[in-house]
Amino acid sequence: MKNNRRDFLKIAGVAAIGAAVKPATSAYAIGEQFVPEGQAENKSSVKKATKWGVVIDTNKLTKELMHKISKACHLEHNVPDEKNIENEDHRNPNHEIKWIWGEEFKHAFTDKTDRYLADKFEHIEIPVLCNHCVNPSCVKACPTKATFSREDGIVLMDFHRCIGCRFCMAACPFGSRSFNFKDPRPGIKKHNKKFPTRMKGVVEKCNLCAERLAVGKNPVCMEVSEGAITIGDLENETSDFRKLLKDNYTIRRKQSLGTEPSVYYIV
Amino acid sequence: MNDKIKIIAGLIIFVAICLSPFFMGLGSDSNKGPDPVISETAKKKGKCILEKTEMAKQHMVILDQWRNSVVRDAQRVYTTKDGKRFDMSLSNTCLDCHDNKKEFCDRCHDYASVTPYCWDCHINPKEVK
Repeated sequence: MKNNRRDFLKIAGVAAIGAAVKPATSAYAIGEQFVPEGQAENKSSVKKATKWGVVIDTNKLTKELMHKISKACHLEHNVPDEKNIENEDHRNPNHEIKWIWGEEFKHAFTDKTDRYLADKFEHIEIPVLCNHCVNPSCVKACPTKATFSREDGIVLMDFHRCIGCRFCMAACPFGSRSFNFKDPRPGIKKHNKKFPTRMKGVVEKCNLCAERLAVGKNPVCMEVSEGAITIGDLENETSDFRKLLKDNYTIRRKQSLGTEPSVYYIV
Repeated sequence: MNDKIKIIAGLIIFVAICLSPFFMGLGSDSNKGPDPVISETAKKKGKCILEKTEMAKQHMVILDQWRNSVVRDAQRVYTTKDGKRFDMSLSNTCLDCHDNKKEFCDRCHDYASVTPYCWDCHINPKEVK
């Protein structure tokens, strides 16, 4: 091939464009870094499901049990309690952080309450927690993908990425999320050293004990609930978990909003 | 041109003053760099997940990868190049061996004037009740 000035300039021009475009495209290609393929794996004891769900049997609940469940969960996950803060001036009931807690029937099921409600609901508190919705509005609202839907149905938070904008709190119709208005550590009396705390300016909520499922344990609430709380695979038709749903009439919170909660209440 | 000597002398003094910090530092050990201590527990355990020099360069990238794999994929077991397995956990794996955060992590970070926010959330088991 004979080289002349014109050809050289053409090639040089294309090369210059290429050299300019490469860094620009790779700048956009910056993503999250994962452990290289083959170097990361699940624990062999991991508990897996196609879609995790929760069934709560309100017949087995008492107020005392509800408090026990809530306390156990909060201890496990280093959830601060305003009462633990030494300086009383720093306590603020509006700063309360909750993962699972008891709520009156009329507050838990705002669209199902009635004037003449069954008597039993006067004496119990309904455990409310993140519903791990199939169509989670919090995930849609999160601008940083800190909140995300895992394939197995758990709506999880990557606390590292949360910028504290609280869009998710506005989006969640169940009030399942709490914001750390201050450093949570003074509110933690005894730390679970296996689990991190959060920092000021981060939203938090129930994670369905993803860290326990990953090592083959059941969620804390299930373990201390004396059979009132069960988790299982919603899509495994032959499981005991699905049998619970087949044998009992269950309701979900604010179903009309279309977020498709995965927490079912036997009433 | 009669001021040639004065100018040169002035320049020499000026350069000497500018370079004086370097000369004065020559004899002292004020700039010998950070000196992280490998704890006894870590020494006993032998090898980290990578060579020492690689760890110094790479640990922040690896921790970043670990957090994504654990949080997003629930993959918690890390296999090193030579086939050893580790739990991916800062508080429970790294700090298990390197149980002297002050002399190990902080020493380098202070020297390099970096303040990683790991510890805002992740617990140093020795520091909490």
